[in-house]
Amino acid sequence: MARDDVKTGYKYVGTRPNRPDGLDKVTGRARYGADFSLPGMLHAAVVRSPHAHARIVRIDASKALALEGVKAVVTRADLPTGLTGEDLNLQDNTLAGDRALYDGHAVAAVAATSPLLAQDAARLIEVEYEVLPHVTDVDAAIAPDAPVIRPGVADYSVPEGMHGNVARYMEFGHGDVEAGFAAADVVREHTYRTEATHQGYIEPHAAVGQLGEDGRGEMWVCTQGHWYIRRMCSAVLGIEAANLRVTPSEIGGGFGGKTTIFMEPLTLALSKKAGGRPVKLVMSRSEVLRATGPTASASMDVKIGMKRDGTITAGQVYFRMQGGAFPGMSPIGEALPCAFACYDIPALKHEGIEIITNRPKAAAYRAPGSPMAAFAVESMIDELCRELGLDPIEVRLKNGARNGSKSSYGPVYDVIGLQETLEAAKAHPNYSIPLGPNQGRGVASGFWFNHGGETSVSLAIGEDGTATVSIGTPDIGGSRASIGLMVAETLGIPYEDVRVNVVETGALGVNEPTHGSRATFASGKAAVIAAEAAIREMCKRAAAEWGIDADAVEWKDGAAHPAGPNAGKFPPMTIGEIGAKMGSTGGPISGHHEVTAGGYGASFGTHVVDVEVDPETGRTTVLRYLVVQDAGTAIHPAYVEGQYQGGAAQGIGWALNEEYIYGPDGRLQNPVFLDYRIPVASDLPMIDTVIVEVPNPGHPYGVRGVGETGITPPLPAIASAIAGATGARIRSLPCSPPKVLAAIKALKKG
Amino acid sequence: MRYHTPTSFSDAAAIAAASSGTLRFLAGGTDVLVQMRAGMVQPDDLIDLKHIPGVDRIERTAEGGWKIGIAVPGIVLGGHAELVRDWPGVVEGMNLVGSTQVQGRATLAGNLCNGSPAADSVPGLIAAGATVTVTGPNGSREIPVEAVPAGPGKTNLARGELISAITLPPRGKNGGDAYLRFIPRTEMDIAVVGCAVNLRLDGDKVVEARVALGAVAPTVLLSEACAKAIIGTTLDDAALAALAKAAEGEAKPISDKRGTKEFRIEVAGVLARRAAKIAYDRAKGMKA
Amino acid sequence: MSRIHVTATVNGDPVEFLADPRETLLDALRNHLDLTGTKEGCGTGDCGACSVTVDGTLVCSCLMLAAEANGKRVETIEGMARDGLHPLQRKFIEHAALQCGFCTPGILVAAKALLERNPDPSETEIRYWLAGNLCRCTGYDKIIRAVQDAAAEMRQDHRGAA
Repeated sequence: MARDDVKTGYKYVGTRPNRPDGLDKVTGRARYGADFSLPGMLHAAVVRSPHAHARIVRIDASKALALEGVKAVVTRADLPTGLTGEDLNLQDNTLAGDRALYDGHAVAAVAATSPLLAQDAARLIEVEYEVLPHVTDVDAAIAPDAPVIRPGVADYSVPEGMHGNVARYMEFGHGDVEAGFAAADVVREHTYRTEATHQGYIEPHAAVGQLGEDGRGEMWVCTQGHWYIRRMCSAVLGIEAANLRVTPSEIGGGFGGKTTIFMEPLTLALSKKAGGRPVKLVMSRSEVLRATGPTASASMDVKIGMKRDGTITAGQVYFRMQGGAFPGMSPIGEALPCAFACYDIPALKHEGIEIITNRPKAAAYRAPGSPMAAFAVESMIDELCRELGLDPIEVRLKNGARNGSKSSYGPVYDVIGLQETLEAAKAHPNYSIPLGPNQGRGVASGFWFNHGGETSVSLAIGEDGTATVSIGTPDIGGSRASIGLMVAETLGIPYEDVRVNVVETGALGVNEPTHGSRATFASGKAAVIAAEAAIREMCKRAAAEWGIDADAVEWKDGAAHPAGPNAGKFPPMTIGEIGAKMGSTGGPISGHHEVTAGGYGASFGTHVVDVEVDPETGRTTVLRYLVVQDAGTAIHPAYVEGQYQGGAAQGIGWALNEEYIYGPDGRLQNPVFLDYRIPVASDLPMIDTVIVEVPNPGHPYGVRGVGETGITPPLPAIASAIAGATGARIRSLPCSPPKVLAAIKALKKG
Repeated sequence: MRYHTPTSFSDAAAIAAASSGTLRFLAGGTDVLVQMRAGMVQPDDLIDLKHIPGVDRIERTAEGGWKIGIAVPGIVLGGHAELVRDWPGVVEGMNLVGSTQVQGRATLAGNLCNGSPAADSVPGLIAAGATVTVTGPNGSREIPVEAVPAGPGKTNLARGELISAITLPPRGKNGGDAYLRFIPRTEMDIAVVGCAVNLRLDGDKVVEARVALGAVAPTVLLSEACAKAIIGTTLDDAALAALAKAAEGEAKPISDKRGTKEFRIEVAGVLARRAAKIAYDRAKGMKA
Repeated sequence: MSRIHVTATVNGDPVEFLADPRETLLDALRNHLDLTGTKEGCGTGDCGACSVTVDGTLVCSCLMLAAEANGKRVETIEGMARDGLHPLQRKFIEHAALQCGFCTPGILVAAKALLERNPDPSETEIRYWLAGNLCRCTGYDKIIRAVQDAAAEMRQDHRGAA
């Protein structure tokens, strides 16, 4: 699918204009999930399990329903039966069936005339539970005495004899690892652990749903992908996709966590039961943390062999990951391929298992699986570099993947930019700033596949020569601007003359969500192809007007021109002139493109961080931070930098302070931002960025997705910087002060 | 829920005494509203004290100390130059509570009555020797701040009683105070350990000292052992080491989601040392 | 439950509404006054998305009862642009200081309150003032730069006017 016409020398691409939705977002006018209201609207609240694992004996909503203003209660009994596979998992997570599977699992929902009344009513719904044994830790869940949470959950891949909580097994590799280890001068083997973290978007999930007796409904919802919402809600409720029209609101962050459903079907189920009145449901922060997609926690064995000159001879990993009480949700299938994706190593072996626990159903979180894998492998490589006295960038330059390398997971890399990021990091002034006492420097590289996926875009030329672009990927971080720039570049008209709208499910073919770093890549690529279709039509109109062959017309600078002296002498016909006449020259002019977009290219990055550790308290301060990453082509560099900086900040939070803390009772102990500690402004320094541009041949403007790779290197880079500052290696995230102080003290004791 | 806006402390006490259900007083509201939102408490009566005249004032007492109204928010304390000059440790403790936004509402009295052993403003008040006026149905009494907390979320105030003022003693000559806390981030966390030191010098020698430790016991501790470790010393390395050891000895913390027992004990000593040095420098008139 | 009659001034306009005594100022702004620019990110005063000023003081509107706003002067994001955008609003757009934009109203309101107190804050002062305004998208870098740039421009304008 590679295009041989990757363009260069741009007028709009690579500039930094104001984003089209900027004004709405600085004035409070932009409408997010909770900002929609409809006439006659009811408000909903959800009853959630206070137990990690319990049989639901009885639900009695009579007291709630007796309250004046309470209009409907739904429980699992109100949902259709007979679902299978992931549809059943989604339904099980929407409302618990016979068992609540984690602390916060929804058990019932109620709609009433005000939010406070709905909350009062929810408190009056009586649920009798029979508490069952639970397990929340990934390693404890496969201990011999661990209760089996979902009997029979194992799929075909799980070998005989594994614990009943193992749902999936994976294995792949190449080369002879034993020979590789034998050829190494040093072979080290350690176990690394990462705790679950939450995407931490500031906007809680919110939806307004309306479903009539005729089975036709509408929904307004904050989501990364409204076609996914449509498909999943339809499946859970047993209605036809075409009968549910879903309109995305502006979205207050997602990071993967808004690519699926949690409470959205409840608005529709309650609406139907309340006679079709619209129902709004807005999650509280603690509901978000207890019951929406955290990422997996992981326990990872790594073994790597290295020669004294830094050559890596072999690598082997065994990853254990839990994604909650539902199979298929851990990112084991991504983590394993990501583990050694930055390297070209002759012998590798990957094995991993997915484990079921009494935790919420995990969702995607920015480069799912890759940060954990990087923490394990990049930490281990740093340990080897320190042991052998080798420069971590030189070792990565030596062993790192390059164009034509066979990747650790199979395919051969086409054109990639890892080496360029390493060279740029090495050359950056941050890499040579002298360090003071208690300070350390960490380096790590990271990888994400990126994604193309199902994409539909249409583009219409206006009577005044402007262009309206309809896309189906919600704009989380400036993609309207980047797509507008590419369309402006293609049509040769000012950026201000292009308006990009995110449209509802009724207005386009199917679109996958804004996930996999695909929006600017895939919607952008489809928009460019749609614009090219419109250009062809405009050239045709000009040709007809001039009475020449359409092939003899070329498009440049927003106008049709005769292709050469032989085509005839006509003054250029501008897009405005063509648009003004289109009604009489053949009708409206538009272009559209529907595709499962291929040609996406991986994005590699390298980070360098300096920290200072207080040796008396174990507290880590990030002094300076550098992100170097390959963007392919940076369409709107400011928003590319923003992705790099935001990814780094999330990774820093994961490395230092963020974690899901479960008590012995299996309940989440920190479901508030007070104790789920995401970085605040005073925790971080300015985050330096270098945008490397190795154009992706699979995109007309060379775009690679840039959203995800940036969260990957901070985990190992921070831990390695702490090791540099203190001599103590933290192999279990987060590097919280108690852990770091204990490690420093253990080191002193020898 | 009934929302009351009495205009005198005696009226407030009367409403409180008459309430038979769940009762909360509302000053800044930064704890009460969070508890209501979380469903931890559903008050039947909420008594807003901000309509009582004078509750927003900071005044010099006749003795030269300070009387602080129970509705004075942190941001006002922090902006009061004379108060900050006298009791920088007290003010910096209060100013560490929550965000700038929370500082716009949160009060010393509320932080104290919330009963958290980790309350950032309480060690500084205790170290300073502050007192509170407790008003109840039968009149008012003056008690030291350390007599208010009874345990996590609990106070020794009787039903119908409330705090009607906070009084700081006169600073006097050659004194200095300081508060330090440990949190994993730079802001927005609950103290894992807190320590306030208030001392007075005669020349280079510490002649008076009060040391309070937060988040290492069910209530904020006033530690005599810590004070003894530095009284009579010039706060040399030996005194600081003795102070750290005393603080570690006094700390009886638990392990929880915010920190381990071992960590809290160790850091209590570290903070005591560091806070004492700042208080000493302030007493010396050095900028700190 | 009897409701409380509240009168206040919001963005210069007189308003009145009936509040459930448990309702917060945030609830009232969003649900009674249709001012949905003020956001709820946590409801516990930890994220700052609901920042407003009340009688000139920066507060979390989720930590104040609607009834407490009686007789007060409330300013929200909707009142920030007067004769055109406030320099902070303009600089946030120019510097790409927002990605999803959900925390943006609260950060703008908080930053405006900072610059009114301190027209020339250091980077550290800006970071600590805004520590109660969580942003999960940007890593804060561009936010800090936008505030610095707006402050510089406002100082310039002030000098020009003087």
